[in-house]
Amino acid sequence: MSRRVRMWVLVLGGLGVAALLFAASLDLPEFGGDRHPYGARAVEAALARHTANVVSAVNFDQRAFDTLGEESILFCAALGTVVLLRQTRDEHRVRPEPARVAPPVRRYALVALPVTLLIGLYVVAHGQLSPGGGFQGGVVVATALHLLYIAVDYRALERIRPVGLYATADAAGEAAYLLLGAAGLVAGTAYLTNFLPYGTFGTLASGGMVPLLNAAVGVEVAGGVVVLLASFLDQAVEIEDAAERTGPGETRHPAPPSPSEEKPT
Amino acid sequence: MNDVLIVLALSLVAAAATAAVLARDPVRQSTVLALLGLALALLFAVLQAPDVALSQLAVGSVLTPLMVLLSVRKVRRKGRADGRERDTGSAGQTGSAGEGERR
Repeated sequence: MSRRVRMWVLVLGGLGVAALLFAASLDLPEFGGDRHPYGARAVEAALARHTANVVSAVNFDQRAFDTLGEESILFCAALGTVVLLRQTRDEHRVRPEPARVAPPVRRYALVALPVTLLIGLYVVAHGQLSPGGGFQGGVVVATALHLLYIAVDYRALERIRPVGLYATADAAGEAAYLLLGAAGLVAGTAYLTNFLPYGTFGTLASGGMVPLLNAAVGVEVAGGVVVLLASFLDQAVEIEDAAERTGPGETRHPAPPSPSEEKPT
Repeated sequence: MNDVLIVLALSLVAAAATAAVLARDPVRQSTVLALLGLALALLFAVLQAPDVALSQLAVGSVLTPLMVLLSVRKVRRKGRADGRERDTGSAGQTGSAGEGERR
């Protein structure tokens, strides 16, 4: 095929897709209308499987395979970040100096930390009942830990955040999702198809596999986000080029830097 | 009433998105990005999608701006290494000026 013919084929295909999309859009239910063909089916299926939060039912039951892909994207992103942002040979680590934190900021962050952590865990655990789930809750848990960086300093954050442990949690969450799916094969259903009793509607133990898959995603996302932020924070706070160093054993910040520079939040 | 809320949230999103495009300084841009995340979360909440609003709130208004800020800090510090030492008056042992930008 010559270049010209190929261009014509492309134009023809593009126009065809555009025409089909336009025709399909004419048949869409009206915005804010009463007709919800997809919603009605999804809600019906979710209620039949005793999952109060329909979005979780769609994510972790009706289209669990989709979620596997989405979860893997985050896993690969964290993996890629770790590989790309690792310490290279011409870089070295500098212990960051503790910076002074304004007392109101410290108080607020220290109060907000346990509350945020609890909310994150709640959102993960109640994913099958109320809005949220493993993904949202996992991100909230991960960001809650970083409030310690705002409240105290980087060393305090490092103490509660052994990166290796969170990297393992990240991988374990990803593996748990795959293995839970494969457990269906052993139990006699299909891959990622529910094999557990559905439980009582509206309680924590409802929805069959939904809470378990939710927890797996929660662990994976919390671990992944912590590892992701750790790589970025390491680069911004600790790791320096050989060109930047002022001399062995000499601290780089003689005067305490302004908080806006030291705490990029 | 509901329509008014949707229109309000939509215009807020449009305003924040325009501001994010117009802001040229990366640091300012990340702040505006956080605001855009907040506006989007509001829009999703108004459109009765609390699940999406929650993830937008967590990722769009906290995680993404923070990672942008950290990257900017890392990139900027290389260029600023010499200037800062002069500012603080420390005995800068760094080599010739411009060594920071070498890589």
